[in-house]
Amino acid sequence: MTSANMNRPIRGGAAAPAALPARGGVGLKPEHFRHILETQPDIGFFEVHAENYMGAGGPFHRYLERIRADYPLSIHGVGLSIGGEDPLDEDHLDRLAALLARYQPESFSEHLAWSSHGGAFFNDLLPAPWHASTLARVCAHIDRVQERLGRHMLLENPATYVEFEVSTMAESDFIAEVVKRTGCGLLLDVNNAYVSCINHHRDVRAYLRALPLAAVGEIHLAGHAREVDAAGAPLLIDSHGAPVAEAVWALYDFALSLVGPQPTLIERDNDIPEFPVLAAEAHQAEIVMARHAKLEAAA
Amino acid sequence: MSAAFAYTLLRPEAPCPAGLKTWNGSDPAQRFAVYRNNVIVSLVDALADSFPVVQALVGEDFFRAMAAEFARGTPPRSPVLAWYGTGFADFVADFPPAAGLPYLADVARLEWLRVEAWHAADADPLPLAEMAARLADAAALPALRLTLHPSLRVLRSAHPVVSLWAAHQAEDVSAALGAVDFADAEAALVVRDGLDVDILRIEAGAAEFVDKLLRGAALGEAAQASGPFDLPATLGMLLRSGAIIEAAPARRIS
Repeated sequence: MTSANMNRPIRGGAAAPAALPARGGVGLKPEHFRHILETQPDIGFFEVHAENYMGAGGPFHRYLERIRADYPLSIHGVGLSIGGEDPLDEDHLDRLAALLARYQPESFSEHLAWSSHGGAFFNDLLPAPWHASTLARVCAHIDRVQERLGRHMLLENPATYVEFEVSTMAESDFIAEVVKRTGCGLLLDVNNAYVSCINHHRDVRAYLRALPLAAVGEIHLAGHAREVDAAGAPLLIDSHGAPVAEAVWALYDFALSLVGPQPTLIERDNDIPEFPVLAAEAHQAEIVMARHAKLEAAA
Repeated sequence: MSAAFAYTLLRPEAPCPAGLKTWNGSDPAQRFAVYRNNVIVSLVDALADSFPVVQALVGEDFFRAMAAEFARGTPPRSPVLAWYGTGFADFVADFPPAAGLPYLADVARLEWLRVEAWHAADADPLPLAEMAARLADAAALPALRLTLHPSLRVLRSAHPVVSLWAAHQAEDVSAALGAVDFADAEAALVVRDGLDVDILRIEAGAAEFVDKLLRGAALGEAAQASGPFDLPATLGMLLRSGAIIEAAPARRIS
């Protein structure tokens, strides 16, 4: 966590936990629990979806406890609906606080998106218009999350398929303003940036440069699917169901030229392969990081 | 904005919400459809994870259509998807196209108990030596009150739910299904033993007995109020499953 405003105190906050290492990490899947415990692979960190570990007990907790004892951990929420019009779900925030107290993760992150409305949960990361009232709501929600959890969170840039006529701000400016106002960090999802910029015909390198890069605390890499829109233009879907695309690796290389080596997660949630396939992608990220570390040292 | 978006997500016949735009002027409906598809597919996938035997019994196409209809009418109320599916068995019971499979709803009930057991709180069983000591005084046995594992559940069904479930765990599922007598009524005991959830067939009287224990009855009282069953065998099964957490004399009511 290199951002100056990450030092902004949080009311009721505890000392900042250790940061994730600038290494390759892998999203932890139940399919791989036993393999990881048996082989102790050399992986920089693991990341879990918070909502999958909110049962009272059972095998998921048993495995996570054992794996967490050996590796740095990132807890990544997918259900807070920070961009939503509903008030934050305080019961859910309580569950998150308990989960964070139990596992003491090095990082907690959530999405710039909404997933609940009128009490219903849609289990998808839905888009919001970029304007003043969304900005005020998102900042109020992040303030509340950080106050309740007693720590800074990382906010992930979204993958989107539509834009809103009522938007008045560029997405990158919106994110920069949220980071400035709340002191949260940025989880730079390079695949999301690529997907959104293709889908909305933006210059992805300009988009990345306009983000508050000093606040980056983690990077996500994932695979996407390729479809077309009604006019035949490419429409990329953030599917997490394929290897990281070549174009996303190239963009990752560019991102590291701006932010240097960062904890980098390989996300895979569908068509999950054997663990070594994901470990190889995490290793690939470390090779790119090592090149940038050398460049930094030489500079 | 979210209200119109949310309304449309669950209604395939509703038009795409107003106010969306695309860089190339293409119809936003096709792009919006990605969200609508993501929502329904992910909720149906969550139900398929929780109800694999129901899916196997009706086939994937039937299951996904049934689950999508449930999801549209009953979206989750919590972001914790492990808890999504509480009302699914009742929905299945009233789902007209499934009326020809009268056992289907109870199989869904059994699978839901399995999900609950999977995520239930952890608790260490009473060590066997201690249990033996507490069972030693035969005269005190009827007043003994058992605390059972938080994962423990029972289900009584008019259908062979345990056999149907077990058949889908077999190597040769169709052979195992062929051996199921659909006229059988069965009762199930569901309990997490270590890292696995066991589903065991028990006598209907034993299910009544365990149900009464779960409601706080002492051993003697629970046994007397239940239909005929093999008490020592049932206690032995609870012990072997690690289901007995504590055994202490019931407080005497004076």
